[in-house]
Amino acid sequence: MTAFTIAARELRAMFLSPLAWVIAGVLGFILAWVFLLQLQFQLEVQGQMAAQPGAAGVTARVGASLFGTAGFIMLWIVPILAMRSFAEERARGTLTLLLASPATLTEIVIGKFLGLYALLALMVALFALMPLSLALGTALDWGHLAAALLGLLLQLGAYAAIGVWSSSLTRHATIAAVTAIGLMLLLFLFDAAGQLRSEASDAARWISLSTHGQSFGEGRFSTTDIAYYLIVMLTFLTLTVRRLDAERLPR
Amino acid sequence: MDETTPSPSPPAGTVLLSAERLSRDYGALRAVRDVSFAVRQGEVLGFLGPNGAGKSTTMQMLAGVLAPSGGRITIGGHDLLDAPEAAKSLIGYLPELPPLYPELTVDEYLDFCARLRRVARREVRAAREAAKSRCGLAESGRRIIGNLSKGFQQRVGIAQAIVHGPKVVILDEPTVGLDPIQIREIRGLIGELGREHAVILSTHILAEVQSVCTHVQIIHRGGLVFAGTLAALDERASAGALVIELRRAPAEAALAALPGVATLAVLGNGRFRLVGEVDPSAVAAAAVAGDWGLIELSPQRASLEQLFVELTSGDEVGEAPAAQEHAA
Repeated sequence: MTAFTIAARELRAMFLSPLAWVIAGVLGFILAWVFLLQLQFQLEVQGQMAAQPGAAGVTARVGASLFGTAGFIMLWIVPILAMRSFAEERARGTLTLLLASPATLTEIVIGKFLGLYALLALMVALFALMPLSLALGTALDWGHLAAALLGLLLQLGAYAAIGVWSSSLTRHATIAAVTAIGLMLLLFLFDAAGQLRSEASDAARWISLSTHGQSFGEGRFSTTDIAYYLIVMLTFLTLTVRRLDAERLPR
Repeated sequence: MDETTPSPSPPAGTVLLSAERLSRDYGALRAVRDVSFAVRQGEVLGFLGPNGAGKSTTMQMLAGVLAPSGGRITIGGHDLLDAPEAAKSLIGYLPELPPLYPELTVDEYLDFCARLRRVARREVRAAREAAKSRCGLAESGRRIIGNLSKGFQQRVGIAQAIVHGPKVVILDEPTVGLDPIQIREIRGLIGELGREHAVILSTHILAEVQSVCTHVQIIHRGGLVFAGTLAALDERASAGALVIELRRAPAEAALAALPGVATLAVLGNGRFRLVGEVDPSAVAAAAVAGDWGLIELSPQRASLEQLFVELTSGDEVGEAPAAQEHAA
């Protein structure tokens, strides 16, 4: 499968550049800091919490909220990792290698997406070790943790698709990153717009990126939210294929 | 290389690539119009033209990177638009800017290219080694592409174009930016490739065409102005001019009136160039009869450069330089 060949090269290129390592390091440091803060807070309020029925447990407070924070930070980081995918290939002239090969545009786009997604999944796996380490000292709510993890992975899939698409628009990597960050922030803020006018709120809330991560953070697997992320991924990957096809056709 | 070729090599003379009435628009600009040609096994086709004539656009269409606005491309019997995967796996393409990943080693890069062109996993290694040895890269497999010299990077670019044993190799200005020794090596390699594959080579360097090509096509403002064998181009170039030097030159009108002279150029110091179908013996006889003191009579072949300039400025052979000299 040619898509996997492309994905493997993509992943390899990212590990050969310092960018992925720097990002993983910085992100790891910040998330570790957040994790320790949450843990400290949890230890201080633990006594009072125990008296209240239905209060957030350690999994929700420390684990799920860590993934929530990671999701928000990744909003800024995924575009930086994704910006290379097509913009850089175009600037270097290597895109011709892919376009002249027997690989179809769909295979090329899926390959790029999978390469990026594999890197993001590896990073998530690394950060997931922090809340998992709590299992050494306390009982964790595994279902809750799994939901939060799935939510984060789906969220990152949507980010990656948006990043790959914006990268296909230009030959300047920075422009691609700025476009993706701008678009994603806008999708986040849709929710805020929805809160002002009640009649528009349902649609705006549905489109917004920020509302769909909540259910996973609360430990629920919501098919609506899973569908939302899959639709976002499919939409932007299709747009990427269309964009590359348009480039080849005469105007 | 043979083990990676998908089917046995066709006999010499089989048409491997044919283009019919290709055209391509960029908005209102028609970059290529009605270009038709065919390339056979064993041919090295030189695609000549000034910068901006539509060479690269044509090359990109042949490689499937750009879709033509009109016309048809068939490669090894597969239509490039209807069966792009089958057609594209028979092409090796080196664009103007070699599509290299500087962070990979030569081996990694060639393996990737082979897999991209659907070479079976267990045959990748053999294909890579064969391509490397043909391009003089046998010792460079573990080197990082970004650290290689320009000439070696160009070789990697060519190796990538032949790694999957394609039938047609398309090289877009393969010797640009190389030093003379590297140029010689690359030309040698192209000549070798021409024996097994069909090679299409774009260039604006005439010496390159003379040294490696069997066939020539000249493209100008998007259209073909010459297509034929190298010998035909030579023949066209030899229809030329006669330079004479006279000690006692007559009036210009007398020279212009000689049979066959289409134009006359005064070169100074008793030297003239007679352009047209001039018979040298008639000129010599006239010089003796008129006592002009003929001391030089030399047929002048239009150089390929001149021919090229003439073809691409839209004038007939011989007229353009003469007119310029008159003006001067």
